[in-house]
Amino acid sequence: MKKTNLALFAIMSLILLGQACDKFEPSEPAEEDLLDGPMEDLTYEENQRFLDGDRTFNDEVFTIEKGLGPLFVTNSCVSCHAGDGKGHIFGSLIRFGQSDETGNKFLHLGGPQLQTRAIPGYQPEVLPPGAPYAVFTPPAVTGLGLLEFVPDSYLLTTADPEDKDGDGISGRVNWIDVPDFVQPRLGSISQNGRYIGRFGKKASVYDLLQQTVDALAQDIGIASVYNPIDVYSGLEIDPEIATEKVNNLAFYLQTLKAPLPRNQDDDEVIAGKALFTQINCSSCHTPTLKTGDAPIAALANKEFHPYTDLLLHDMGPELDDGYTEGTAKSNEWRTAPLWGLGLSPDSQGGRYFLMHDGRAKSIEQAIEMHGGEAANSRDKYQKLAKEDKNKLLKFLKSL
Amino acid sequence: MFNTKTFLLLFICCGISLSKLYAQIDSGLLKRTTTDSVKNKMNMDAVYDRPLLAADKIPIAIGGYMEANWQHLGEDGISEGHQFQFRRFTMFMSSTIGKRIKFMSELEFEDGTREINIEFAAVDFEFNPLLNLRGGIILNPIGAFNQNHDGPKWEFTDRPISATQMLPATWSTPGFGLYGKHYNKDWMFGYEAYISSGFDGSIIDNEQSRTYLGATKENIDRFEESPNGAPLYTTKLAIKNNKIGELGISYMGGIYSEYQDDGLDLDDKRSVNVFALDFNTTIRRFNTFITGEWAWVNVDVPQTYTQQYGQKQQGGFIDVVQPVLRGKLLGWENASLNLACRLEYVDWNKGKFKETGDNIGDDTKSIMGSISFRPNTQTVLRLNYRHQRTRDYIANPPVLLGGFNFGLSTYF
Ligand code: HEC
Ligand code: HEC
Repeated sequence: MKKTNLALFAIMSLILLGQACDKFEPSEPAEEDLLDGPMEDLTYEENQRFLDGDRTFNDEVFTIEKGLGPLFVTNSCVSCHAGDGKGHIFGSLIRFGQSDETGNKFLHLGGPQLQTRAIPGYQPEVLPPGAPYAVFTPPAVTGLGLLEFVPDSYLLTTADPEDKDGDGISGRVNWIDVPDFVQPRLGSISQNGRYIGRFGKKASVYDLLQQTVDALAQDIGIASVYNPIDVYSGLEIDPEIATEKVNNLAFYLQTLKAPLPRNQDDDEVIAGKALFTQINCSSCHTPTLKTGDAPIAALANKEFHPYTDLLLHDMGPELDDGYTEGTAKSNEWRTAPLWGLGLSPDSQGGRYFLMHDGRAKSIEQAIEMHGGEAANSRDKYQKLAKEDKNKLLKFLKSL
Repeated sequence: MFNTKTFLLLFICCGISLSKLYAQIDSGLLKRTTTDSVKNKMNMDAVYDRPLLAADKIPIAIGGYMEANWQHLGEDGISEGHQFQFRRFTMFMSSTIGKRIKFMSELEFEDGTREINIEFAAVDFEFNPLLNLRGGIILNPIGAFNQNHDGPKWEFTDRPISATQMLPATWSTPGFGLYGKHYNKDWMFGYEAYISSGFDGSIIDNEQSRTYLGATKENIDRFEESPNGAPLYTTKLAIKNNKIGELGISYMGGIYSEYQDDGLDLDDKRSVNVFALDFNTTIRRFNTFITGEWAWVNVDVPQTYTQQYGQKQQGGFIDVVQPVLRGKLLGWENASLNLACRLEYVDWNKGKFKETGDNIGDDTKSIMGSISFRPNTQTVLRLNYRHQRTRDYIANPPVLLGGFNFGLSTYF
C-alpha cells in the first residue's frame, strides 16, 4: 500500500511539473528589447514568407558545398547582422575603386568590394595599390520595409541641394544605375535613366531585393538567378540559392518590425527629445516619415519614426574617406537612422561601433565626429550643460 | 560488399533466430553474464563491461540498451512544449570466437530509425594481457566518455556537450590497434594505441559555423574511404588505483585537409590535434562518485579563412553523483536513489578577433541537477533540470535555455 502511494505521489508530481514547466524556463526578453519579429497585421501568407526569410537570414550557414565563396567575407547574413541589429567590426565590408561621380575604375581588379576571406586553397583579395576605399560596418536591418516605401517625390521635396533655406544643411539624393533585375516601384522618379538610391550608408542601393542579391554575391559568394556571375571567376554559373529563398529574404527585410522605443515616459528622455530638436539634430535625423502606396498592406501609408531623412549630407573632411558611389560625393553620407540605437550593444558584442566604419566607440564620440553640414549642430551639442548632454544621451538610448 | 544494410539484416535475423531459440528453451538455461566487480575495470573495458544474455550452446550473447524521455525546454521564453523522444535503441552482440579471440558489436538506432550506426564492431585477439590486437570499427579512446557512453550508466538524459559535440562522441571509425593492461595489487595500468580513418574538411566547413569535429560523422562514406588517405592516431594511457581513482590521458590527431585528390596536390596538409584528461573516483566515506573530463582541440585553420572557425577549443564536464538511499526500495533489492549535478563548459572558439583584439565568444555553460532512481544497477529513471547559457561568436548577451527532462534508460 505504501509503495503504491509513493508511486502515485511520484506520478502526480510529474504531472504537476508537466503542467507548470513553463515557469521553470528562461523568460522572454521584453518585446521592445528585441529587434527580430514581424510587423503587425501581416496576412497568413505574408507571415509564412516572413518565417521562411527569417530562417534563411538567421539560421542558414553557407558551406562550401552550398556555394560559399570561393571568395567571401563571412558565411551567413546573421554572422554580420546578429539579432538583426548593428554588427561587429568583424563583419565590416571594404568597398573600393571610385572617388567621384565618374564610376568605379577598379572593377577589373576585384572591385567594387574586397573579399577579405577565402575558402581553404584560395587566396583572398588584397586592396589594389592606390585604390580609394571606405570601410562599412553592418547597420541594423530593422524597419527597412517602411524606408523602402517612402515616396521618391517626398525625398526630392525635402532635399535641398543648394541650401536654399540657408540653414547650413542641404541634403541630396544619390542618383544610381540600377541593375536589370530591379523593378522600379510605382511612382519612382528617374533622371537620365538613373534612380534614387536609399539603402547602404552611401544610399547607393535601390531596394531590398538589390541589397539582398548584392549581399549574397559580394559578402557570401552566392550566385542567384538575379546575379548569376561568380564573383571569383567572373563567369556565369548556376544559381547557388533557390530564387524563392532570395525573394523571401527580401520580403523578410521588408516586413521586419521597426524597433520599438523604450522609456518614453521618462522625464529625462522627454527633455532629451526636446533638446534633440532644439540643437537641430532633427534637421537630418528626421523623427517621422510616412510611406506611400505599397504592395504589402501593412506597409502602405504608415507613419513611423526612423530618425533619418534618407538623404546624403556633407559630413566634413574627417569623415571623407575619398571613396564614393553613384552621384554621392566622398564626404557625403546618408543620415544614419537612429531607431534601435540603444540596442546596438546587444548585437555588437556589448559595445558600440558607430558611424559608417565603426570608428566611434560611444554615442558621444559619434556626435563629436559630426562635421560639415552637421558642424553647427555639433557645436550646439558641445555647448550643452553636462546634465543636458545626459538627457540627450538618455533619449538617444531610448530609441 | 559489406554495407550497413546487409549488416542490419544479418543482425536482425540473428536476433530473431535467437529469440526463437529462447522461446523453445528453458529460460533457466539463459545466463546473464555478470560483469566483473568494478575493481578490475577501467574505462577502456567499457565496451565489454556490459550485461549480455547468453544461452547455452549458442555462441553469441546479446544485449543492448534503450533510452526514452520526455522533455520541456525553453529558450529565451520560447518553449518547445512537451517533447517525447526515443533517443536510442542499441543492440550488442558478442561472441567468443575461439580461444582468446572475441567479437563485440554495438548497433545503434538513434531518434527512431533516423540514424543507424555501427558504433563498434571489432575482433580482439589476446596474445598476452599486455598485448591485444583489435580491428574493425573501433571507438577512438579520446577522453573517457566516447568508450563509456551507455545511457544507463549516467544520471543525465543528455550526454555531456563537450564529450559529444566538441569531442565527437560517439566517434567510431574503421581501424586497428593494440591495447593492454597490467595489474599490481591496487594499481592498474592500461594503454591503447590505434590507427584509424580520420577527419575531413567538414570540421571547418559545416552548418554549425564553428570548428566542429562531429561534422565528419555526417560523411557516410568514411567507413569505406578515407577522404585524404591519412591515418588518425589515437592513444591513451590510463592509470587506476582502486583506492584513489582512475586518470586517463589521451591524444588523437592526424591530417584532416583533403590535400590531394586523384594524385594531384590540392591543398596544404593541415592537422587536427586533440588532448584529453579524464578521471573518476569514488569518495568511499560518502559513496560520492565523481567523474569528469576536459579536452583541448587544436585545428590548423588557414589564416585566410574566416575566424568563425576557431583554431582552438576547450571544454569539459564534471558529474558528481551522491547516493542518498540504498538497499531495498519499493521492493527492489538493490535499488538506489541519487542526487547528481553536472557542470559543463565549452569554448568553441578560443582566440581573439584579428580586427579588434577582443575575445571571440562562442561558448556554452550549463549546469544540470538530477534526481535518479535505480531499481537495479542496469536501469535508471532520472529527472533532470538544465540551465544553459550560450553566447554567439561576437559574445553578445547569452541565449538562455532551460527546462526539465524526465527519462529512463536501461540495459536489456
Ligand atoms: C560580411 C558581413 C555581411 C554579410 C554576410 C551580410 N551583410 Fe548586410 N550589410 C553589411 C554591411 C557592412 C552593410 C552596410 C553596407 C553599406 O552601407 O553599403 C550591410 C547592409 C545591409 C543592408 C542595408 C541596410 C540599410 O540600412 O541600408 C541590408 C538590407 C542587408 N545588409 C541585408 C543582408 C542580407 C539579406 C544578408 C545575407 C544574404 C547580408 N546582409 C549579409 C554586412 C554584411
Ligand atoms: C547634417 C546632417 C546631420 C545632423 C545635423 C546630425 N547628424 Fe547625426 N548623422 C548624420 C550622418 C550622415 C550620420 C552617418 C555618418 C556616418 O555614417 O559616418 C550620422 C550619424 C549619427 C550617429 C551614429 C549612428 C550610427 O548608426 O552609427 C549618431 C548617434 C548621431 N548621428 C546623432 C546625432 C545627434 C545627436 C545630432 C545632433 C547633435 C546629429 N546626429 C546631427 C547626419 C547628421
